[in-house]
Amino acid sequence: MKRCLIDILDLSAQELEELIATAEDIIANPDKYAHVCDRKKLATLFFEPSTRTRMSFEAAMYELGGHVISVSSAMSSSAAKGESVADTAKTVSCYADIIAMRHPKEGAAYVAATNATVPVINAGDGGHCHPTQTLADLLTIWREKRRFSGLTIGVCGDLKFGRTVHSLINAMCRYSDNKFVLISPEELKVPSYVKKGSLKKYDIPYVQTTDLEAAMPELDILYMTRVQRERFFNEEDYLRLKDSYILTPDKLKNAKPDLAILHPLPRVNEISVAIDDDPRACYFKQVLNGKYMRMALILKLLKEAGTL
Amino acid sequence: MNIDSIQNGAVIDHITAGQGMKLYHLLKLDDTELSVAIIRNVTSGKMGKKDIIKIDADIPLNLDLVAYVDPGATVNIIRNGELVEKRQMELPLELTDVLTCKNPRCITSTEQELHHIFRLTDRNEKVYRCIYCETKAGI
Repeated sequence: MKRCLIDILDLSAQELEELIATAEDIIANPDKYAHVCDRKKLATLFFEPSTRTRMSFEAAMYELGGHVISVSSAMSSSAAKGESVADTAKTVSCYADIIAMRHPKEGAAYVAATNATVPVINAGDGGHCHPTQTLADLLTIWREKRRFSGLTIGVCGDLKFGRTVHSLINAMCRYSDNKFVLISPEELKVPSYVKKGSLKKYDIPYVQTTDLEAAMPELDILYMTRVQRERFFNEEDYLRLKDSYILTPDKLKNAKPDLAILHPLPRVNEISVAIDDDPRACYFKQVLNGKYMRMALILKLLKEAGTL
Repeated sequence: MNIDSIQNGAVIDHITAGQGMKLYHLLKLDDTELSVAIIRNVTSGKMGKKDIIKIDADIPLNLDLVAYVDPGATVNIIRNGELVEKRQMELPLELTDVLTCKNPRCITSTEQELHHIFRLTDRNEKVYRCIYCETKAGI
């Protein structure tokens, strides 16, 4: 039966753990997986700019032995002629075994999933969901900490529009003994529906603060985010808020020695390049982990669809 | 004040006082030539005060919309001057094409053929969310 991934919560905690186990097996035994997707095709439909996510999906499919067909911008597809997402999904289903789609409109992936006849993976739908980034985040946390419980997780930056933050909170709330420190300017705080739907629902302790340095000593994970220009209607607001938090070596002086610093990338200036060589910087490992989790996800969805 | 009883039509009763006019507009009754009475602030033993709408015509009513705006309302169907059916409203699990999503980033803002569907996510707080972008519904 066709299964899609639109939101990280479409996967149970057990399924997440199975994906992590598959990803770790892929890392340990890449040759075992080098031809599992022979003759299978992934369609990457990217109607919004992306470097990492698109290349990660494409690399993932190639490393599984499969092929990739792609649309790299709305202007190079029939969307420019006014074709609907529903029609695009039906059409591409005729060519590909699985679809990864990024679209600027929120809910576009849901529309594609309900119309495609093959599995659809949401590779980002506006400011709504980006579940495969969360898969990358979770594998990184797992490989750094070997646990999902008993962690103090700081998330910093744009917590209002940051879809990766919302997904990470939703995913980590399902594990026990975690605590969140939500660090943001007043205007970019976590929306109340996220707090109500996950933090309060699962009775997860959290604090909201504007002070990154004060929060630093207790953090096991620090998840930095970029203030995203494309999510603002008003350029003035963006310019006022974009430099709210810049992580520098000085700000890490009171941090734990085993802190894991994550960032969904791309960064602009919110993490100084001087931190890149710090062993606590995990954001480039996170990029690599994203590819392994996408490989695991493609395998899972193709198997469930009966294609493999 | 005399409002004639109706022969064929509907009486929307037990509307929360103050909601009658809103419901009248949302049901687009102002777009019709029908005889419609809006009775406001009627004394009610159960509610203290209530509004009532009487529609003197057998027209299809969007009961999901009535239930969404005022789940405590009742709709009485009248045929040949007799009450033939009394419908107690309750929050529907899903609203289709009753509300439109206000999120300018929602896919429904650009793809006109999509149905606007909202799902009940919190019965106590009466919260509906767009199935596409999860934005909270509002009138």
